[in-house]
Amino acid sequence: MSENTPNKPKIGVYTCHCGTNISSMVDVENVRDWAKEHLGSEGVIVSRDYKFMCSSLGQELIEKDIKELGLERVVVAACSPHLHEKTFRGASERAGLNPYLTEMVSIREQVSWVHTDKVVATAKAKSLIAGTVERVAQNAPLEKLKVPINANTLVVGGGISGIQAALEVANAGFHVYLVEREPSIGGHMAQFDKTFPTLDCSACILTPRMVEAGSNPNITLLTWSEVVSVTGFVGAFNVTIKKKARFVNEELCTGCGICWEKCPKSVIDDVYEAGLGYRKAVYTPFAQAVPKYPVIDKPNCTFFQKGTCKACEKFCPTNAIDFNQKDEYLNVEVGNVILATGYDLFDAGRVTNYGYGRLPNVFTSMEFERMCNASGPTGGEITLRDGITKPQTVGIIHCVGSRDKNYNNYCSTICCMQSLKFAHLVKERTGADVYEFYIDMRTAAKSYDEFYQRVLDEGTLFVRGKVAEVTDAARQPHEKGKLIVQVEDTLIGKQRRIPVDMVLLSIGMEPRADAKETGKLFGISCSSDGWFMERHPKLDPISTMTEGIYIAGCATGPKDIPGSVSQGAAAAARVLDKILQKEVELEPIRASVNENKCSGCRICNNLCPFSAISFMPELGITRINPALCQGCGTCVAACPAGAISGTGFSNEQIFAQIDGILMGI
Amino acid sequence: MSNKPKFAMYWAASCGGCEIAVLNIHEKILDVDANFDVVFWPVAMDAKYKDVEEMEDKSILLTLFNGSMRNDENEKIAHLMRRKSQILVSFGSCATEGCVPGLANLFPVNEIMDVAFHTVTTDNPNNILPQTSFEVPEGTLHLPTMNSRVKTLAQVVDVDYYMPGCPPESHQIAAVVDLVIQVLQGKAQLPPKGSVIGAGNSTVCDECPRARNVKMIKAFHRIQEVAPLDPTLCILEQGVPCNGPATRSGCNARCPRVGAQCIGCYGPAEGVLDYGARLVTAFASVVDAKEPAEIESILDGIPDPTGQFYRFNLADSLMRASTSNWKKNGH
Repeated sequence: MSENTPNKPKIGVYTCHCGTNISSMVDVENVRDWAKEHLGSEGVIVSRDYKFMCSSLGQELIEKDIKELGLERVVVAACSPHLHEKTFRGASERAGLNPYLTEMVSIREQVSWVHTDKVVATAKAKSLIAGTVERVAQNAPLEKLKVPINANTLVVGGGISGIQAALEVANAGFHVYLVEREPSIGGHMAQFDKTFPTLDCSACILTPRMVEAGSNPNITLLTWSEVVSVTGFVGAFNVTIKKKARFVNEELCTGCGICWEKCPKSVIDDVYEAGLGYRKAVYTPFAQAVPKYPVIDKPNCTFFQKGTCKACEKFCPTNAIDFNQKDEYLNVEVGNVILATGYDLFDAGRVTNYGYGRLPNVFTSMEFERMCNASGPTGGEITLRDGITKPQTVGIIHCVGSRDKNYNNYCSTICCMQSLKFAHLVKERTGADVYEFYIDMRTAAKSYDEFYQRVLDEGTLFVRGKVAEVTDAARQPHEKGKLIVQVEDTLIGKQRRIPVDMVLLSIGMEPRADAKETGKLFGISCSSDGWFMERHPKLDPISTMTEGIYIAGCATGPKDIPGSVSQGAAAAARVLDKILQKEVELEPIRASVNENKCSGCRICNNLCPFSAISFMPELGITRINPALCQGCGTCVAACPAGAISGTGFSNEQIFAQIDGILMGI
Repeated sequence: MSNKPKFAMYWAASCGGCEIAVLNIHEKILDVDANFDVVFWPVAMDAKYKDVEEMEDKSILLTLFNGSMRNDENEKIAHLMRRKSQILVSFGSCATEGCVPGLANLFPVNEIMDVAFHTVTTDNPNNILPQTSFEVPEGTLHLPTMNSRVKTLAQVVDVDYYMPGCPPESHQIAAVVDLVIQVLQGKAQLPPKGSVIGAGNSTVCDECPRARNVKMIKAFHRIQEVAPLDPTLCILEQGVPCNGPATRSGCNARCPRVGAQCIGCYGPAEGVLDYGARLVTAFASVVDAKEPAEIESILDGIPDPTGQFYRFNLADSLMRASTSNWKKNGH
């Protein structure tokens, strides 16, 4: 490896100071001189440093050397390739060098930012550079693959974020398949009564969007449906959607509502009404549901369970009830996907010390939303669990399940504002005394803090401290028959016991229970908390590491409505950008099978997340379709015979890199 | 001395199975005798190292060298045979990959000595350990010194060809003998230096008649726990860890044909640098489970991963030995 052979390609090494980001922890000048001196035998003919390698002047430096010195390989030691690989490969390409002959070494994220000893950090930088110099010598020139983009888009999730995304794409003239798991689009926002801080009626601002999505000719609305499989890649995804049997013929149904009027079976509605109200076995979740067609809830339908009833069928004026309907599977081709699959609510029963499910007058925030709603189970009356008594005192507990090591470490973002909204609504509708128990008040968005001040002015009492317990065990006469909130008031430094009639738990948001499976289905990953992971948390919050899969709304983390809407629109803008480019360039990183070595053991056959692998029974070997392969490397690692290799990650490249790193030590 | 080309065979740290395999070529051994002058073969004829040392360099045409490099005597003879031979073949698994002696690389030499001389099964009340030199009236006697780790032949000297197998199959040995004779008669050419000879270029699966499907493994079993094994279906698919997918072809899938799993004696397939690592990723890839606990319990079905994945290949793997063996003697 280290012998000086005349066949080494001419390599240039460029080390970046990144202002002081790198140079404060790595002796850049020393690295530059070392590379020239010690890697000369490995083919390095020029080694330079620069304050900001990514600046146009820095890039020109590289371009000039390629042209004047005839460089055949370029190594840039700077930040992560995630940030600037494109930049430097572009510079090489402009100077006439195949971009895949340029490699980056991350001496910022992997060296200067994570070390505290300059001597050690400098030595590590050298070692990593030596590895990449050896690796790049083994690189082969590659050509990008171009594939046409299918102009259709799949939007998964019909909450406000998904609706916004679908409308943006559809209004630009392109077709959208909007898939929603529930019978109606609308999502969580359809359950809310008022929205903070403006106190707009949630339904009043949402339903026009729902109607628009339902009637836009460019949107195929698929409710009561779920995506079951995804194959392909950016520009050409093939998606199978399961359209669950509604048992209602959508062609014939007029949405008149006679079926659910006549249905004799009432069921507790634990989805839309949060368990506070009832619906029928044939139902639409709410009056303004889009689409208007109901579904029959098979496990609760008397006919399906006992074989008699059929009241809905008898009374339906258009003969739309169809008990024989089967699940349908639709196959659609789309170029891009937006995942706006939303969130689950934290299960308040897990915080046993707050008594939810045990103490009747402890309510969750969603129950309270439904209670406040004029069309909700109490007709908008705020009452205790008996449905009659009005509370005199109400305690609202923030951060239930959030900012807590026992449950979720993160802040659910919306709880402070929703709690303030609740305080306002309680005051407005009952005149009761309201206590807010908060850890920190977080009202950091437009007009949010003003709303906090308004609620302060309205006389809501604020106790800063985390509630230890809600109990009905009275210690003193005035606590009898009340719920007692035990809390350390950190502003006065005392334990307090505050008796109230009603407790509202401001429950946080959690990733969907099946977020991981959804991520796997679409080939994206989740953070340790379980939210979909962004390509970059700041600069690319709606893209994922998988080309053509975008994420929006609360599926990426807790968010308020404006945040969800903005992300939906942003994701749509990305999709439109892709569609208008008409074709997409794919990285030429691909796996291929050496057919002489493949003995058809079939170990790799079931592994490909992109379904690029197929077995040829007549030849007894396996093949990889290069158009479907995304170069993930799973099969390369799995092949026991070493018959599969990955472009850009050959054994020669990887072992050369390891040798180089060890040589540098 | 005749003018026939000279042939030698030597055993370093090995079991003797390779020599048996050579004799097992039956009447072909007469061809060896007809075409070669056997000058050095400790198992078959009397000879002294001194005799070999006195031969001219490169005077032996073909040396089949089996056995791994366990001690300094092994290494010394390896250098000697290299010097005296035109063609040096790393013969059999021990010389090529370290084989079973290579598993000693998991333990430092003193621990190996302890097990051999101090455990309850050894009657050694005075704790006597072999010494590398001993004074007697006639002078000093020497015993070879153990290396800190077992090495392959190619880790010690330059090797011309590799012949895998534990032991190499007799029909493959016969074919190699035939080839060399044909080369001598000018009817064939030697393969490029560094080639693997007497074996295939694919894997055992290629020669295995069993039917193969997409693999989804829910549990690993030891072969005696699965009764009876389906005689027509891939053994790995039946949950018995079979090393066939990663093992070089050449044995005609002997073991799987008779209902035993391949244990990997023909070593890695062409181009594979670390046999065990390849198998680990391959087996891990076909485990059909999502939950970490379930995955753990499936993998518990392979109680001895080193034995399963590195039985023949440890000394030639990327790691080669445990840390303690590397630290000793500056290796």
